[in-house]
Amino acid sequence: MTEPSGPPRVAVTVDVNGVSVSRQVEPRSLLADFLREDLGLTGTKVSCELQVCGVCTVLVDGRPVSACTFLTADADGAAVTTVEGLSDGRTLHPLQESFVDNFALQCGFCTPGFLMMAKALLDGDEPPDRAAIVEHLEGNICRCTGYQPIVEAVEQVAERQRGGAHG
Amino acid sequence: MGERVVGRSVRRPDLIEKVTGAAEYCVDVTMPGMAHAKVVRSDRAHARITAIDVADALAAPGVVAVVTAADIATLHARFGHIIADHWILAPDKVRYYGEPVAVVVAETVAAAADAVELVRVSYADLPSAMDVDAALADGAPLVHEESYDATGDESFQNLSHVDESATAALSNVAHEVTIGWGDVDAAFAEAAVVVENTVHFPMLYAYAMEPYNAVASFHDGALTVVSTAQHPYMVRDDLARVFGLPLSKVRVTSPYLGGGYGSKSYTKVEPLASVASWVSGRPVKLTLTVEEAIYTTRVDSARIRVKSGFAADGAILAREFDIVMDSGAYADNSPLVMAKAVNRCFGPYRVPNLRAHGVSVYTNTSPASSYRGFGAPQGNLAGETNLDQAAERLGLSGADIRRRNLVRKGEEILPGKRGIDADLPADLEMVVESLERDRKDVPYYGVGFGCSASDAGAYPISTAQVRIQIDGSVLVLSGSTEMGQGSRSLLAQVAAEELGVDLSVVTVVQSDTSVTPYERTTGASRTTTLVGLALQRACADARSRLRDMAAELFSCPVDDVRDLPGAVAGPDGREVDFGAVVRQWFGGSAGEVTGVGLLRRDGATQQMPPFWEVGMVGVAVQIDPETGVVAVDQLVTVADVGFAINPRAVEGQDLGAATQGLGAALHEELVYDGPQLANANVVDYRVPRVTDLPRKIDLMIAERRDGVGPYGAKGAGEGTLNPIGGAVAAAVARATGRWPDRLPLTPERVWRLISTD
Repeated sequence: MTEPSGPPRVAVTVDVNGVSVSRQVEPRSLLADFLREDLGLTGTKVSCELQVCGVCTVLVDGRPVSACTFLTADADGAAVTTVEGLSDGRTLHPLQESFVDNFALQCGFCTPGFLMMAKALLDGDEPPDRAAIVEHLEGNICRCTGYQPIVEAVEQVAERQRGGAHG
Repeated sequence: MGERVVGRSVRRPDLIEKVTGAAEYCVDVTMPGMAHAKVVRSDRAHARITAIDVADALAAPGVVAVVTAADIATLHARFGHIIADHWILAPDKVRYYGEPVAVVVAETVAAAADAVELVRVSYADLPSAMDVDAALADGAPLVHEESYDATGDESFQNLSHVDESATAALSNVAHEVTIGWGDVDAAFAEAAVVVENTVHFPMLYAYAMEPYNAVASFHDGALTVVSTAQHPYMVRDDLARVFGLPLSKVRVTSPYLGGGYGSKSYTKVEPLASVASWVSGRPVKLTLTVEEAIYTTRVDSARIRVKSGFAADGAILAREFDIVMDSGAYADNSPLVMAKAVNRCFGPYRVPNLRAHGVSVYTNTSPASSYRGFGAPQGNLAGETNLDQAAERLGLSGADIRRRNLVRKGEEILPGKRGIDADLPADLEMVVESLERDRKDVPYYGVGFGCSASDAGAYPISTAQVRIQIDGSVLVLSGSTEMGQGSRSLLAQVAAEELGVDLSVVTVVQSDTSVTPYERTTGASRTTTLVGLALQRACADARSRLRDMAAELFSCPVDDVRDLPGAVAGPDGREVDFGAVVRQWFGGSAGEVTGVGLLRRDGATQQMPPFWEVGMVGVAVQIDPETGVVAVDQLVTVADVGFAINPRAVEGQDLGAATQGLGAALHEELVYDGPQLANANVVDYRVPRVTDLPRKIDLMIAERRDGVGPYGAKGAGEGTLNPIGGAVAAAVARATGRWPDRLPLTPERVWRLISTD
């Protein structure tokens, strides 16, 4: 199938989960589509497309962004981390372990967004307390769990961080 | 009772796939050579289509095809499992804003979206009926000029065999149901207290976070569809009828679903993707936006008038319900939702005289269909708030009036149906005890209770297979769907328990109509109970076959072969594990043994319903009188599940269901403004967020082994949602001193309750 002649393309080079990727993309290419369709990294999901559900959250240079509305061109030169980059492929990230242990997901569609949002919080200077976790996750919607197990899953990892820092 | 694997909160294997991003959802599925579809939708509520000009769209870059009703006129271009009134593409008129008029197929999603703008549809507007009052008024415009016979609950024959004979429609009533017994009028005349009120249940959107999507390939007289369907077999049947194909030539697969909550029951976008493939000759993927999903299926809103008569001691003498549901432009599953609302509205109480009547009404709005609870949340809001208002008049507490009237174990709620297989008074005491323990003595604080019982499980037709491999590992095959509720993990627990093998060697394969055995639906909380029973039978069948084979190997009568965990033993005490039995019987270290389990309406599942799903909740609210904001101080639930095969999973279902119920009670409502919705997006349609978490959450499980399912289990997942709305309304009434008559109880509405004289 030949690609129809379309709008001009822009060159981007993005570090995605530690791998440097260079592509020509349409100026309107969104980071979510770039990840899912161009790179086949389908772990990142899309739902509201309005930046309010948090499902498509990925980290760009460590900051959480909504990939559904973030232009791929704006990620040029940046480091992007997706849910596929959380685990090293052999052992789960502590957040992933904790989500499974705490039944913090059911359908799992919102989970990549929650994991990336929580990672951004836990990568900060201080392990967060429960109130900080709740405030930080306010922009992520889950329709299955009722949230409590998610808060507990993140809390447990934060507690372990705190224990590690002091002990 | 000695179970090893069931009854434990084992880690769900599917969750591991999901936290790594490896789990495949429909939206992740591609097919070789796949094109992409976008839908041209009606921009008016009710209009005749006078012309569709697709020339510019067809000429646009990357466009493969533009499909309109004219292109599929040779097909049976309608679907609907109760009433086949739902056109795949509007043929002559549109019945609601957002109705599909054409499908553009292009090389990319962006090219398809660009070309959608180039399809020019000309309309001649018709008068519209935007709500039930307009639709039921004399001389109302007819949403459907023809009417098709509909059937109610349990007419299973008719449910699956659509009556094609159409007659001229006389009204916008899609379906009507009446049930009752006794002499209601005489009982009202004798009553010490008669209480009458009317409630309004909001138009909701389930918001499963993965919007409806499907990829379809029509090739060589066969159709393959991967979709977000909860009931792939039901969708297969609809698609076979559309294309006139044998059932064996239609394959529908449902990978992991990104939420369902009933909203992915029955056929949605599968016909659109399929006809796009049929016309274009390419596999076609169609993924809806959330806005399009809202215009595909919403929840029936309802207006319910309820009148109850009571003796001076609080005993119910009679109840009367009049339910009007706004079912939107197409029937879909609304006739059944309404029939269930009629069955469930009067509650799990002794009601000696009853008259309950419901109508499902066509309007020029987004079609309504199934949603978690299935008519119960609507009806329960009416019945329970009426009961609490009666309690006030009678000087009884909310708990006491329920103690007085709840049916006792084994009593019938519906005449001739299974008696209640639960101890409701005991469940109620659990709720009361927890709520009272943490009740606060502060202003603007109120508590509310809610009880419900739903005739659940749907129709008992289930099949399951287990395949014993040469290494002793086990494949479980079920046509049921994993949409987050945990059936994939739970069925593995049942198989491991029955066969005595380690959970880690059991793999469950689900929801592929050409691979996994028949399952009627995944809904009405049925999988644990009905598929669980079918699976137990499949395991017993596999064991029986293994004993037969072992008897040959041992050269002994089959009665001399004993079952062991994961193995059999011969008369000389020799133990041979399952894998070795299979290998030795076939020879050559190959082969497998399949056990088959079939379940029908027979024996333990003869009497309908297969089980009653209980909803038993309490809430305590605290209201800010300045703003009207309702904070949920306590949420208390009892899951009366007979036996919890995975207790953490049960708690997860209950909190999830309760949270959706709190959404409807406090935040969620789709609002029509003229022909279209004012808030068809997740910004303006506000669902619960983490900051809305109740301060105290107490999720209790009552296990009395009183279900027909495996180990005494019954279903869960809907029950806890059903009574939340009524409980919140009662709590708000007690906190404010005024009774609300509608949900959601938004800050403005609550502030007005407080501030209006």
